[in-house]
Amino acid sequence: MKIYADNAATTKMSENAIHTMVSLLEDSWGNPSSLYAHGQMAKEVLEKARADVAAVIGASPDEILFTSGGSEADNQALRSVAELGRKKGKMHIISSAFEHHAILHTLERLKKEDFEVTLLDVHENGLILPEEVEAAIREDTCLVTIMFANNEIGTIQPIREIGRICREKNVLFHTDAVQAVAHVPINVKEDNIDLLSASAHKFHGPKGVGFLYAKKGIRLTNLIEGGAQERGRRAGTENVPGIAAMAEALKETSSRMDENTAHLTKMRDKLISGLAEIPHSALNGDATHRLPSNVNFCFEGIEGESLLLLLDDKGIQASSGSACTSGSLDPSHVLLAIGRVHDVAHGSLRLCLGEDITEEQVDYIIKSVKDVVSYLRGFSPVWRDLMSGKARFIL
Amino acid sequence: MALYSEKVMDHFRNPRNVGVIEDANGIGEVGNAKCGDIMKMYLKIEDDVIQDVKFETFGCGSAIASSSMATELIKGKPVSEAMKLTNKAVAEALDGLPAYKMHCSVLAEEAIQSALEDYQKRTGKTFE
Repeated sequence: MKIYADNAATTKMSENAIHTMVSLLEDSWGNPSSLYAHGQMAKEVLEKARADVAAVIGASPDEILFTSGGSEADNQALRSVAELGRKKGKMHIISSAFEHHAILHTLERLKKEDFEVTLLDVHENGLILPEEVEAAIREDTCLVTIMFANNEIGTIQPIREIGRICREKNVLFHTDAVQAVAHVPINVKEDNIDLLSASAHKFHGPKGVGFLYAKKGIRLTNLIEGGAQERGRRAGTENVPGIAAMAEALKETSSRMDENTAHLTKMRDKLISGLAEIPHSALNGDATHRLPSNVNFCFEGIEGESLLLLLDDKGIQASSGSACTSGSLDPSHVLLAIGRVHDVAHGSLRLCLGEDITEEQVDYIIKSVKDVVSYLRGFSPVWRDLMSGKARFIL
Repeated sequence: MALYSEKVMDHFRNPRNVGVIEDANGIGEVGNAKCGDIMKMYLKIEDDVIQDVKFETFGCGSAIASSSMATELIKGKPVSEAMKLTNKAVAEALDGLPAYKMHCSVLAEEAIQSALEDYQKRTGKTFE
């Protein structure tokens, strides 16, 4: 059995998106900036994609800027609002401790440029409290940036409420919605969102394409200077086939959101209860306010990379927040942010289910994880110390 | 291209000398759970020769493979020879480790050295 359970890392492209991309590569390869018909045909495809993307999230087409992906969108959103803030002498930014590195590392850069950053606590359940956002907003706050859904533990933040507070306080609100777009309902107007980042390959589109939504009137700062593409805000000849494939994937995945959510939630909860039977294990992140596809557990006494390798041998592709999988000595900053200590965070497993997951596959995952965890615990000195009472269980 | 060599995967999937020696006369434990790697080595030494060796490891694939290979390299060897085991020898015997995983072989060398020190402490013998 082969089960791809790493859909937060990337997703398989949909057949329609592949078809769209290939046919454009073959037939509509003109430059949208060219005036002759072949160029204008590409321009039409581009603008149709922009309208489609905008419609899905409740925006206007001229509020959509195509980028190379979520990271670029995040960088540009933060840079742009920071520049606006600097001009008004507002140099304080609010974010959270478990944002994606595209946000956290950009904030680090901005700190070096004299911005002040407040990172809010995400609590044990991985949820930010709107009242804590409100309390953190100051006279000189120019931006609040909070991710829509966390990429590791899948927790979904109270975005609409945070956005409402930001509107009241006249502070711009950005959300990194890379894990959420096409998977949970989003309407930028109803959800009070000023800027939003998304990435095509997280919803069955191609890699290397994403978009930034920026509400009308928000002046964006260029990261890439050059030609006048994207209304002069992002130079470089547009990736028309990729963009059109993204729009296709976005429409397709979003149109199935209700049925996907119903099915995935059932599968997710089955998987969670199955894995919870493993002694000294714990679910990471809130059990209900989470993406329907996301399951993330810590198992005491074992290390995540060996768990992943053995699951791979059984045909299950997953990921872990263990240090060994990150190439650094520290485990996932997300798991540390929700209060998991290093010892336990090393033994984490993220399973992010695809829409086509079956009940039989979930049963197989549960059995496989149980077998591998128990096998690894069998020769773990940490587990021996815990079992003999020499060390105390944390979970 | 796989992350690890065939040899590493073989020793990871089928680790040699896994377990505990109840009447071990040399035990060493190195690493800590905070960093994500702990290795424990058990030696049964008779007439200054390593008759049996077993290990327990909490760690990644290369940590388990390094422990397994290190035990194979010293099993049946005189203590004086085992003292000379280096992390380089462990890594080479595994057909190499990724650069950022070399510390796993260092940990395996240290675990063996620590168990041999324990043996020397218990017996009052000194080996060069």
